[in-house]
Amino acid sequence: MARNTRKPAARRQRPSTRARPQRRLIVLVATRKGAWLYHGDAARKTWRADGPHFLGHVISHAVLDPRDGRTLLAAAKTGHLGPTVFRSTDLGRTWKEAAQPPAFAKTADGKEGRAVDHTFWLAPGRAAERDVWYAGTSPQGLFRSGDGGVTWKPFSSLNDDPQFREWMGTVQDGTPDGPKLHSIIVDPRDSTHLYVAMSGGGVHESVDGGRTWKTLLKGLEVVEGFDASKPSFHDPHCIRICPSNPDRLYQQNHCGIYRLDRPSDTWERIGKSMPERVGDIGFPMVVHPRDADTAWVFPMSGTTVWPRTSPEGMPAVYATRNGGKTWQRLDAGLPATQAWWTVKRQAMTADASDPVGLYFGTTSGELWMSRDEGRRWACIARHLPEIYAVEAAELS
Amino acid sequence: MKVLVPSALRSYTDRGETEASGPTLAGVLADLERQYPGIRFRMIDEQDRIRRHIRIFVNGEQVRDLSQPLNASDEVIILQALSGG
Repeated sequence: MARNTRKPAARRQRPSTRARPQRRLIVLVATRKGAWLYHGDAARKTWRADGPHFLGHVISHAVLDPRDGRTLLAAAKTGHLGPTVFRSTDLGRTWKEAAQPPAFAKTADGKEGRAVDHTFWLAPGRAAERDVWYAGTSPQGLFRSGDGGVTWKPFSSLNDDPQFREWMGTVQDGTPDGPKLHSIIVDPRDSTHLYVAMSGGGVHESVDGGRTWKTLLKGLEVVEGFDASKPSFHDPHCIRICPSNPDRLYQQNHCGIYRLDRPSDTWERIGKSMPERVGDIGFPMVVHPRDADTAWVFPMSGTTVWPRTSPEGMPAVYATRNGGKTWQRLDAGLPATQAWWTVKRQAMTADASDPVGLYFGTTSGELWMSRDEGRRWACIARHLPEIYAVEAAELS
Repeated sequence: MKVLVPSALRSYTDRGETEASGPTLAGVLADLERQYPGIRFRMIDEQDRIRRHIRIFVNGEQVRDLSQPLNASDEVIILQALSGG
């Protein structure tokens, strides 16, 4: 057998722009009235709708397990019934309910205890941690499953800690849809290194698998007049870690767009370089799978009573290609006027193809995508219920 | 005893009427959970409170206390409260 005489590749200074061969793509759309799966062709030009799944159920998030490219998890409740998690191992042909869905610990008699209203965020563990999942709930709670989502255990270090409970506040203090724990991030290099965010309650980091936590708030601004040193007043909307450089995180916050380069613990407000008439308020944050300098946001109006619709009724995605120094407006194909869209924090995402595909869903039930990193947009689906979350994934 | 189940929970029971037994409402709900795993948490939260949009009637009277004693001849009706779209 001939020996491989090739020298090891030199360490790259910049992330590779080469992508893996294209595979079958699926876009998972979670809505207020059910879930839909969109199967794309190799060119991402045509999409086959599969749904509704769970018609009438409130589906906060549906996620494909990237470790097997096959298993689906869906966070569900209905208007009347309590929250649960469903799991499918055959791409949604059949679903099985979790035997023990996320639930807070029962409190001693006479003490007012919290109850999970809905599971809001689902996040798989690292590639090496098969069957590990994390869940964030409303009201704020963090949960872990070690068996693929069948049973869930609470993190008492966070859920029941008096200091955290003070920072979380009550339902009265939360956002209109309920206070939430979201943006659960597992460092792809280290299973014990976790980030979570709470609306409200700030950003928190653990380096021991969730046993202890420290705040990660430096540099983040809060609504004028409030004390930025208090986690209660912080409202991170969405945080993403860069797959090509896990020391870099981007954040869309109630008060701006930020970047954090570890080991620094100070966020830099990169949204200041957005056009003033657009501002840097929004919900989702999307990062490039192979280039840590590239990220996308979907700005929304943060004026007066916080309408949270596209500024001036002219929806656009904004991209940075240099870590937030400058931003480029990307609106080709989107309505030019009178489109008062809202895109929620989980409702915008990217695939891993080359060029990267971008996807977002509106609360008015439209699903849009771009095959060329945002340069040109096309509508995949209309007339869906209010879209809560959009995920793009590759099937095995 | 007879238990009438609302449409939202028939994915568990496959029918609108079933049988369950227990000395109290909590006991009947535990028996329902034994027969139909997962059904109890959809009605009762982790603090043993009846969920906001669920109503339970025994012989036509609304019951809010899970420790309410029941007899084998009682009829339990579980209802979804009216709520908008």
